[in-house]
Amino acid sequence: MLPSSAAPLTVSDPRSIEPHRDGGRALRKRYKTAIADPALIRRGAADAVRKLNPNALVKNPVIFVTAVVSALVTVLFVRDLATGQPALFSGQIAAWLWFTVLFANFAEAIAEGRGRAQAETLRRAREETRAKLILMPGNNREIWEPVDAAQLRSGDTVLVEAGDTIPGDGEVIEGIASVNEAAITGESAPVIREAGGDRSAVTGGTTVLSDWIVVRITASQGSSFLDRMIALVEGAERQKTPNEIALNILLAGMTIIFLVAVVTLTGLGAYSGAAISVVVLVALFVTLIPTTIGGLLSAIGIAGMDRLLRFNVLTMSGRAVEAAGDVDTLLLDKTGTVTFGNRMATEIIPAQGISEREAAEAALLASLADETAEGRSIVALATEKYGLKPPTPEDARFFPFSATTRLSGVEIGGRRLRKGSIDAVLKFAGEAGGRPADEPAHFRAHVERIARAGGTPLGLVDGTRLVGVIHLKDVVKPEIKQRFAELRRMGIKTVMITGDNPITAAAIASEAGVADFVAEATPEDKLRYIRNEQAQGRLIAMCGDGTNDAPALAQADVGVAMQTGTQAAREAGNMVDLDSDPTKLIEVVEIGKQLLMTRGALTTFSIANDVAKYFAIIPALFVAALPELGALNVMGLTTPQSAILSAVIFNALIIAALIPLALRGVKYRPVGAGALLRRNLLVYGLGGMIVPFAGIKLIDILVSSLHLA
Amino acid sequence: MTWNGWLQIALMFALVIATARPLGIYMAAVFEGRSTLLERALGPLEGRFYALSGIDPKREQDWLTYTIALLAFNAAGFVLLYAILRLQHLLPLNPQGFDPMSPHLAFNTAASFVSNTNWQSYGGESTLSYFSQMAGLTVQNFVSAATGFAVAIAIARAFARSSGSTLGNFWVDLTRATLYVLLPLSVLLALGLVALEMPQNLSAYIDASTLEGAKQTLAQGPVASQVAIKQLGTNGGGFFNVNAAHPYENPNAWTNLLQNWAIFSLSLALAVTFGRMIGREREGWALLSVMVLFLAVGAAVAYWAEASGNPLMHAMGIAGPNMEGKEVRFGPALSTVWAVFTTGASNGSVNAMHNSFMPLGGLVPLALMQIGEVVPGGVGSGLYGIVVLAILAMFVAGLMVGRTPEYLGKKLEARDVKMAVLAILVMPLFILGFSAVSAVLPVALAGLANPGARGLTEILYAYASASGNNGSAFAGLTANAPWWNTTLGIAMLACRFGIIVPVMAIAGSLVAKPKLAPSAGTFPTDGLLFVGLLAGVIVILSGLEYFPALALGPIVEHFQMLAGKTF
Repeated sequence: MLPSSAAPLTVSDPRSIEPHRDGGRALRKRYKTAIADPALIRRGAADAVRKLNPNALVKNPVIFVTAVVSALVTVLFVRDLATGQPALFSGQIAAWLWFTVLFANFAEAIAEGRGRAQAETLRRAREETRAKLILMPGNNREIWEPVDAAQLRSGDTVLVEAGDTIPGDGEVIEGIASVNEAAITGESAPVIREAGGDRSAVTGGTTVLSDWIVVRITASQGSSFLDRMIALVEGAERQKTPNEIALNILLAGMTIIFLVAVVTLTGLGAYSGAAISVVVLVALFVTLIPTTIGGLLSAIGIAGMDRLLRFNVLTMSGRAVEAAGDVDTLLLDKTGTVTFGNRMATEIIPAQGISEREAAEAALLASLADETAEGRSIVALATEKYGLKPPTPEDARFFPFSATTRLSGVEIGGRRLRKGSIDAVLKFAGEAGGRPADEPAHFRAHVERIARAGGTPLGLVDGTRLVGVIHLKDVVKPEIKQRFAELRRMGIKTVMITGDNPITAAAIASEAGVADFVAEATPEDKLRYIRNEQAQGRLIAMCGDGTNDAPALAQADVGVAMQTGTQAAREAGNMVDLDSDPTKLIEVVEIGKQLLMTRGALTTFSIANDVAKYFAIIPALFVAALPELGALNVMGLTTPQSAILSAVIFNALIIAALIPLALRGVKYRPVGAGALLRRNLLVYGLGGMIVPFAGIKLIDILVSSLHLA
Repeated sequence: MTWNGWLQIALMFALVIATARPLGIYMAAVFEGRSTLLERALGPLEGRFYALSGIDPKREQDWLTYTIALLAFNAAGFVLLYAILRLQHLLPLNPQGFDPMSPHLAFNTAASFVSNTNWQSYGGESTLSYFSQMAGLTVQNFVSAATGFAVAIAIARAFARSSGSTLGNFWVDLTRATLYVLLPLSVLLALGLVALEMPQNLSAYIDASTLEGAKQTLAQGPVASQVAIKQLGTNGGGFFNVNAAHPYENPNAWTNLLQNWAIFSLSLALAVTFGRMIGREREGWALLSVMVLFLAVGAAVAYWAEASGNPLMHAMGIAGPNMEGKEVRFGPALSTVWAVFTTGASNGSVNAMHNSFMPLGGLVPLALMQIGEVVPGGVGSGLYGIVVLAILAMFVAGLMVGRTPEYLGKKLEARDVKMAVLAILVMPLFILGFSAVSAVLPVALAGLANPGARGLTEILYAYASASGNNGSAFAGLTANAPWWNTTLGIAMLACRFGIIVPVMAIAGSLVAKPKLAPSAGTFPTDGLLFVGLLAGVIVILSGLEYFPALALGPIVEHFQMLAGKTF
């Protein structure tokens, strides 16, 4: 079972719901089952044989065709055996053709196997759940009857108490509780779920740790989050993505072209006086058709979904993963993504005639009792930067922030310290002196400088005397700049969405390096921005968590909802981030690109391979009838039979050799499309042309030294 | 090889490239419906055509309506031409009193001219009346080229428009292509050719006595007007049997130069038109560069092969280039460049006998046809052919840069790939399929002039020529027999319209898609890398399709020749 050891937290601790940056470590660890895991390989091998079922094979045209002609060669081999003709050659060809099919099946089985273990754990969590069905919803939550979770229907209301497993996806309509969502997210720190607001969604299979909630079930059995997750990790419901379908068509087309080229060779060969056996023709055909990419295509797709899952992102469809690779514009919320979310004190500027230390001390005292994030950041700044020690104030009278005065502060030893907005501070100083205080020029200069930089100035006053200005700043996350630079190199435009005024927004935007921003944004603004970009032919990705994000999430081409978000948001998006980390969109985009690149690269490799195969097989086919064609045997392969066998062996082995690459994916580098293509063409195009020359030659040496042909 | 020879080749290339831009810009204006100088003169005539045939030129058609109109028009043209050829003895302008064509020859000829192939299983001066030549063949020379124009323009509009539904009006495109491009250029060219001493008359043939006292019949006819459109429309069907090797059909080096330019000018200029119409001329030049690249390499290889001459002859003490089957007035350089242009451009006219080329010299024209008649291919057909290949190249390349593949701002999806694959499937199917059957069929083999590998090359060449809608003959093959006439005719029609229909389906699918703005993640298709990529894809694709067949034909023949074996 999953780790669920965390102690219950008190509901009132707001810090416990912050997203955890190392989220999903447990899940990721579980996923680190290497390809070399012997159990996985055993199981994969067994599945590879099971997948020889024609119903399964027919989904993959290239491999299906390979299987059909393998069967044909096997029949010919048996005929050779029965009639007492030399059968070593046809037997070996038949065996290696079957290996070609098996390796392809094995690749798919390994890719699926990696998700299956997790699916089983999830399924157990679902099957064992009992629910407390409330019989008179809205009246008395204490009257319930125990039912199987499987019997719940959409619209039922259930009570979930401490220690219970939530029986299905739903919405909290009453109560508040801390919930362990480790079963879904792999993250053991509990989260708060409460009725109303943006944290009302709960997921079946998660556990309530403390308190109770009443949940209205919103998803019927079979379509819940957990069900979808199981289907996804198992790859059972995997539908071919649009690009995969298109690629399959191209591969089928290539197969037909080679079928024509090979079948017509009988006629052309007969004219030239060369009798070509069916076994040899089949060998030529299989080595020419794109078996490498054909065999690995579905493994690549499954592995792509799997990679996303390892990043703790759940996709509702493979289509969304591909769309992620195409994204042109990324909409990011400022808070939590670009900045830490809380404004923090970065600077304490003394007024004229006051020392820096004096001002810092006043700021510290005024913030001692301030438990807001801003207040704590002032205390931290004063103690860390100015080396002050927080005093233990006696006889101090604290004034918490009030909406009427817009000030907070302390009265201690006859000092009347207040901090607050500049207007409020000036007003306070004026009232203390009997008339509105003048704003000294230097003071105004500091205030304006801070405002221009996008910060918030906080005035500090001691009675009638202005002490200084505290610079509160929305601190841009240190690593985010680099990520935005990376996105720019990927050709993706980043747009920051914020409720701030345009000046603040512009300052933060330029500091973080985003290309554009929408200030004072309402949900409608977001939607309008997305539509506008889409109208210009761009693909948009965004992430969000609130209910009012839902329309924009639905409109965006890739909408990533946060797991901590509302049910509405989760349903509107086409991906859910289990870590609730908005910067993850960048990884999602990379994974999408990787998926497409791996397909493209292996297709190129597969087709480029054919050049060497022609040079191996064509002279071998005709050298008896047309000895001059021996000149094309540039590899100097020993005999015609060993040349053909070597090409077939190479063709089978290359599938097995490329399984790790298919599962891992071709590395994406944000270097621009031209450079990327040049690189991939060099590695997989030119490399694909050269590698088989060496490989076939090597196998030929082995085959002939072992006297296999 | 001589400097003079290379210079002649370079001059040809310089001439066609120089005219590509002005012609391309002019044609873009014609098909975008902008007013041109000619339109001001001929506009009323154009309007009267539409009024007479009840066509509203403002009303555009979706891809299916456009395609149906195109097919119907060509079907009608086929029936009409077949009837003329079968009934020519009853029709006027038959001073030599020629008999009607046999059914299979008439089928072959009609298919050939409707499909812009102009494969000739007959000798013009000994088979066809002037009426058949002018009202039958010449009409098809114009309209088959105009059909190619229409498809190319439709696909250009598909890329140019964003989220559209219509591709233009076939009747309008057909009319404008003929009236504003083909006719005026043909008139100018014909006048030029007449000035350069090409015959243009309707006289009966002249009997002359030679110096030796032998009697010779000198065929006459409206040669210049036929030749003008045969070259401009990449038709290639000669007035005389030996085509442009005939002194009346190509009297001197000047007519040779002019005709060579005409073969190429429109196909190459259409690439520029395409670029202009989609709003980025550079994209057109990228396609044009691929075309020129192939031709330059082809011309270099063929010239090298022919000018180096035959090693077997050299061993016998006969030095110099391979002059067999070449006109002395043109020599190896102009003969090979013509061979490369005529096969590259799906034209098919010849000024030398390709069957007499060296094995590798003959391989070049064969390969140029097999790669699909796209460098630069026939008028229109070359452009839409190379766009299909660019779509396939960009599909794989697009995946490799990690995006849903797109070309010129249009996403390439399953339907587009399916149609593109269909379009490239047709040619290998008919070339290899018919060749394989003919290679073992006694009735087919009876037509071969040479045994062995050379014979196989003759077969492959014939079907490549027919399927590529080229019409160039390797010579040697006696094709006027039921088997050859019928199968070649089928190949011509199937490959012409079997490609046009999927191309139009692609156009219909693409025009409906929104045009995406390029970003830094988009692979630019107007640079050197794209040119290299597309050229590579074309080489690999056709190499994979035809390498086994070529190995048994010209390639083995080359090695056999080196080993001292000839046919």
